[in-house]
This record gives sequence, C-alpha cells and structure tokens, in this order.
Amino acid sequence: MMSRAFLFPIAVIAVAGCLAFLPSYLDDYGIGIMIGLLNAVILATAWALFSGPTGYISLATAAFFGVGAYTVAVLNESVPYPLILIAAAIIGALVSLSIGLATLRLAGIYFVIFTFGLSEMVRQMITWFEVNITGTLGRYIFLPIEPRHIAWQLLGLAALTLVVGWLIRRSKTGLALRVIGDDEVVAAHCGINIARVKVLLFGVSATLLTLAGAIQAPRYVYVEPAIVFNPTLSFLPVIMALLGGARSLIGPTLGAIPLFLLFEWLSASYPNAYSILLGAVFIVIVYALPQGVTGLIRRWRERSASVVQPEEAA
Amino acid sequence: MRKFMRRHVLQWALAASVTASLGGHATAQDSQPVKIGYAVSKTGPSAAGAGVTTIPNYELWVKDVNEAGGLKMPDGSQRKIEVIEYDDRSASDEVVRAVERLATQDNVDFILPPWGTGFNLAIAPLMDRLGYPQLAVTSVTDKAPEFAKRWKKSFWFLGGGKDYAEALAKVIGDAKAAGKVEGKIAVVSVADGFGIDLINAARPAFEEAGLEVVLDKTYPLGTSDFATLINDAKGSEADGFVAFSYPPDTFGMTKAAQVAAFNPAIFYVGVGTAFPIYEKVAGTDITGVMGIGGVNASDPKIADYFQRHTDSAGQPPDSWASAITYASLQMLQQAIERVGVDREAVAEELSTGTFETILGETKLEDNQLRQLWWVGQWQDGKFAAIAPAENEGASEPIIPKPDWKQ
Repeated sequence: MMSRAFLFPIAVIAVAGCLAFLPSYLDDYGIGIMIGLLNAVILATAWALFSGPTGYISLATAAFFGVGAYTVAVLNESVPYPLILIAAAIIGALVSLSIGLATLRLAGIYFVIFTFGLSEMVRQMITWFEVNITGTLGRYIFLPIEPRHIAWQLLGLAALTLVVGWLIRRSKTGLALRVIGDDEVVAAHCGINIARVKVLLFGVSATLLTLAGAIQAPRYVYVEPAIVFNPTLSFLPVIMALLGGARSLIGPTLGAIPLFLLFEWLSASYPNAYSILLGAVFIVIVYALPQGVTGLIRRWRERSASVVQPEEAA
Repeated sequence: MRKFMRRHVLQWALAASVTASLGGHATAQDSQPVKIGYAVSKTGPSAAGAGVTTIPNYELWVKDVNEAGGLKMPDGSQRKIEVIEYDDRSASDEVVRAVERLATQDNVDFILPPWGTGFNLAIAPLMDRLGYPQLAVTSVTDKAPEFAKRWKKSFWFLGGGKDYAEALAKVIGDAKAAGKVEGKIAVVSVADGFGIDLINAARPAFEEAGLEVVLDKTYPLGTSDFATLINDAKGSEADGFVAFSYPPDTFGMTKAAQVAAFNPAIFYVGVGTAFPIYEKVAGTDITGVMGIGGVNASDPKIADYFQRHTDSAGQPPDSWASAITYASLQMLQQAIERVGVDREAVAEELSTGTFETILGETKLEDNQLRQLWWVGQWQDGKFAAIAPAENEGASEPIIPKPDWKQ
C-alpha cells in the first residue's frame, strides 16, 4: 500500500528528471516550445489547485504572473537571483492572502468578476506607483539567464506544483476543500473553517503562479505593465484545465499539453485565422467535453466496469 | 472497401509524384529565393501601430523588390524574396517563440523586426545569439547607445525620448526668444512607458529653455474623455499645450480642444499626429498642429514614396516612422547587394556602409540612425519637419497656430 501511495510523486520526479536532459539537446525553438508547454502545465495545474475542487473560477492568473515578473524587473539589478525568486514567492503569497481574506466570502459570479477586475487593479496600482513614486515605467531585465535555464527552472516548478497538489489531496485540507466544493453549507456544519481553507489554498495556488511569472521574466528583457498583465494569461489556464478536467490532479496537464501544441500549430500554420480557429476550438471543447478528458475516461471506465462504483478520488 | 482505399492511395501517390516533378522543374529554372521572415502584431493592442507603420512598408518593399526581379546579389544574379510571416498577437512570449521558429524551423535568411520597443527588446538577446542582424526601427529608447554595444548586430533607428523632448523645448524656446509666445506651457502625458520617458526628459529641457510649466498632469492609459484635461489646460493661461500621448488620446484631445475652442499658440500632440488619418479625425484645417516626427515635405523622393505607398496600401504612410522603416529595408537590400546573404557581413556593412535611401544619403553612427526629424508640424496638408531647424529640408514653424475653424 505504502509504495502504491507514493507512486505519483515518484513518477512526477522521475519524469521531470528524464525531461531535464532535453534542453541540452534541443534547438532554440525546441526549448521555446518546452518553456511554453511547461508554463501552460504550471498555470493550469496551479489554477486548478484552488479553482478545481472549490469550483470558484478565478480569472486572476495574469495578476499573479505579472506581480512575479515585476518583482524580477524591480529587483534584478540589486539582489542576487535566488533571493529575487524567494522575494517573488513571498510577495505573491502576501498579495494573495490579503486579497483572499477580503474577498473569498464572495461566491459564484461575483468572485469571477472580482478576480477579473483584480488583474486590472494590480496593473493600475503598479502603474500609479511607477509614475508617481519612482518616475519610471519600462524596466529592463539583464540577467545572464538563457532559455534553457528557464526551461530547467520551470521543469522544477512544474514538478513542485504537481507534488504540492498531491500533498494537498492527501491532507485534511484537501478533503475539506472537496467538501466545500460539493456543498458549502454541509462543510460549515461539519465544522470546517471554510474561510481559512479557501484563503490558504488560494495563497498556495497564487504563489506558484507568481513564481511562474518570475522565472519567465528574463525572457521578456523589457517589462511594462501592458506586457506582463496580459489578460489572455487569465483565460488560457481555465480552458486548459477544463479540457483536461479541473477536479483531478493530472487533468490540467492533460488539457494543457494538447491545447498548447494546438495553439502553436495554429499560429504557425494559420497566422491570419488564428483567433477564429481558437474560438471554434473553445466551443467544441465546451460542447463535446463538458467533464474534460479525465471525466470522459472515468465515464468509459464506469461503463466498461458496468458495476456502479463510488466515485474514486483521482 | 479495401479496393477503394488502394485506388485512393494510388491517386494520391500519382498526384504527389506529379507535383514533386513539377516542383523540381521550377526550382531548376529559378534561382532559390531569399527567405525573409517576420512576426508582427496583426491582432491585439499593438495591431493599430503595426498596421500603420510596419506591415504596409514590409509589403511595399517586398513588392518593389520582387517586381524589379528580386534582390541583387554581389555576382549580379537576382533572387526573389519569399516571405514567412507570423502574428505575435501583441504578446512578448509569442514574438520570442515566433523568432525562434523563424530561425530554427523555417531557416530564414533574414528576420525583420516586430513593431514596438518592448517587442524589439524581447527578441534582441535571441537575435544576437542566433546571429541575425536586427533593424530595430520602431523602438524609441534613450538606451539605444547602450543596446547597440550590448548586441553588436542590433541597429536603432528612432532615437530616444530625450531627443524628442529637447528638440521640442528648443522650438518653443526659440519662439519665446523671438517674442512669438510667452512660454507658459501646459503639459500632459500618458502614464505608460513612452509618456513617462518623454515627460521625464521634457521637465529639465523646458526649464533649461526658459519655459514655465504651469500645468503638469499624467492621465491613465486608455482614458477616453479629455474634456476635463483640456479645460484645465485652458484655465491655466498656458499659451503652449504639449501632450505626450498615444494615438487614441491624440485624437481625443484634438477633438476636445476644438469643442472647448482651446487655441494656444503652440498645440503639440504625441504619437498619431503624423498619421494620415489625423486630418480626417480633426475634420477641419489642422495647419499649425505640431507632433512627433515629420518628413522633408519638399523632397521629391519622399513625395514619390508617399505615392507608391498610397497605391500599394490604399492610404498614405504616417510621417514619422514609416519612411524610416522603408529606408531601413532599402539599407538591408543594398547591404545584401554588396556582400550577399552572409548575415555577419551584412551586419558589418549596415554598421559601416553608406546607403542611398528615400531619406537621402543614410549612414548609421554607432549602429544608430541620428539624422532624424524630432518635431513636425502640419502645413498645407503635409506633416513637415521643423526640427532640427538647421538640417536641410526643415520647414519654418508656423507660430502661433491659427485658431480652430468651427
């Protein structure tokens, strides 16, 4: 039983270990694809850590990603790189915890709208600060970090995200979160401190998103709010996680990889029709796979087993 | 069923072999094309700028070259241009990946730059590592000298915020010295990279030119109502209005100034003033309006370029970065003609050579184009360059600006 239980983190680390050899052999485009893929996996998985089990759709991914990138932009000339990453994680955690405390009492559509506004608010606050206090807006990042270094860091972060997700699922908090997702009233009656659990998970998810932004910032070289607070970043993880299945741990990865490759293929092959095709793909996903890929697999399994089983906790 | 399939396969095979033989025949006849790739913003927030300044000029240049038989090589042969283009969707990571794709998948011979300072900087380290010369045309940055040293094959064509601000200060300072204005300036700037760069450079420059700043305000990116701002400026008793603005704001402020009958002696608005659409937006006589850029209005080469651009793109080019974009492509073309498609040699030639372009004789200084027009003014339907006044082709500024016709 013990070995079976630890299969998942061991597998994640083994796969990451194998992939770590890739950047040394790939050409620039290959590494670019790898960075894009890992970024998609991290964003979708980290997003689903909180939004999957609770069902709270957060559109704040761009806000945290941007905060991470901006932290690097501000500190890159004065602080050693590892410390910048730690600082980014701390800032991401603090921002998300304070926001979480204030807003996670919102539910449903109010929460969605709030998180969407959040990206814009953070962006405007940074702009205001830069314009009125520091008097500079565009910032430059000149760090001796090559694309393959970014790929390695993202690989580590992707493995960390999956392992953190696995740990949460095994913990009491994970169980509490699933109860909240099924029925908040029941959860409250069971004695679960709903607000605390939600804020905690929101914080963990946001910290991982912030780190993703921080690690990729050196790739931008020049950072200004309009560049790093890109609203597309908020929507893509949602559709990726929904395609894969937001309620399972590996689901977002299963959605992120094919979707990212599809986007890349579309933009390489049909640069002028990209947006139209993208819209069509979204519609197909929502109509054909409302439960995501993992939901489809589960249904197949159930059908072939032809015995009614209690739903397995992925 | 199986038979049907086999027949299909046979048909495909036949078609493929015919196509292959035709293709082989064609390449044997023509010389191989030169592959030129670019990724620019066709969609997203940057598409407006790229659609005015960058894309029409790339298309015009490729058309001009291919209609003339192709790029000339040092041995006198000619090779057509084959274009590979992508849409960066106004996102930095997309533009970076598109350039990686152009270089390593499409194996293009040259890569033309994206539109905008941020995107050019995002690809600069990559272009340098891959060994592609980068003609960073649409990048306004005071750090250009530093960048040219950092990335040896990068070329910077549009100067920095300081250049524009100081030239404007001189224009107004000269007018004050001539007794045409009092020199009380109301200045507003957009809270974005460009606006902040310019206002930071303008404050000390205005002071040095002996001008008094009576209003200094910043407005957020995306503002659409400028009535309050214009009324504040009107109430400040300024006789010079300066806006470091983006195209939508430039248009909005112009309309607001007309509505408020705000008629300062100097009316200067930022990016977008040089766009051909500006006159239509204003909907009235715009003589006297100043802005960034300008062209030598009396030069027949520029007039010819405007005509060809209008024929090709259906509208005239903007009078700031368009002509410079086209000139940068002419430089690339002439560099290839002299040294071939060896990228290292082309970069060296761009850096040291002298070229004959629509801007006249063009030569880079430390990998930067410095023979630029910093301030322009609408005069007789042309956005004529007025600064630096000592350069050949500069027009005399019209100060005070005639009142808006209602």
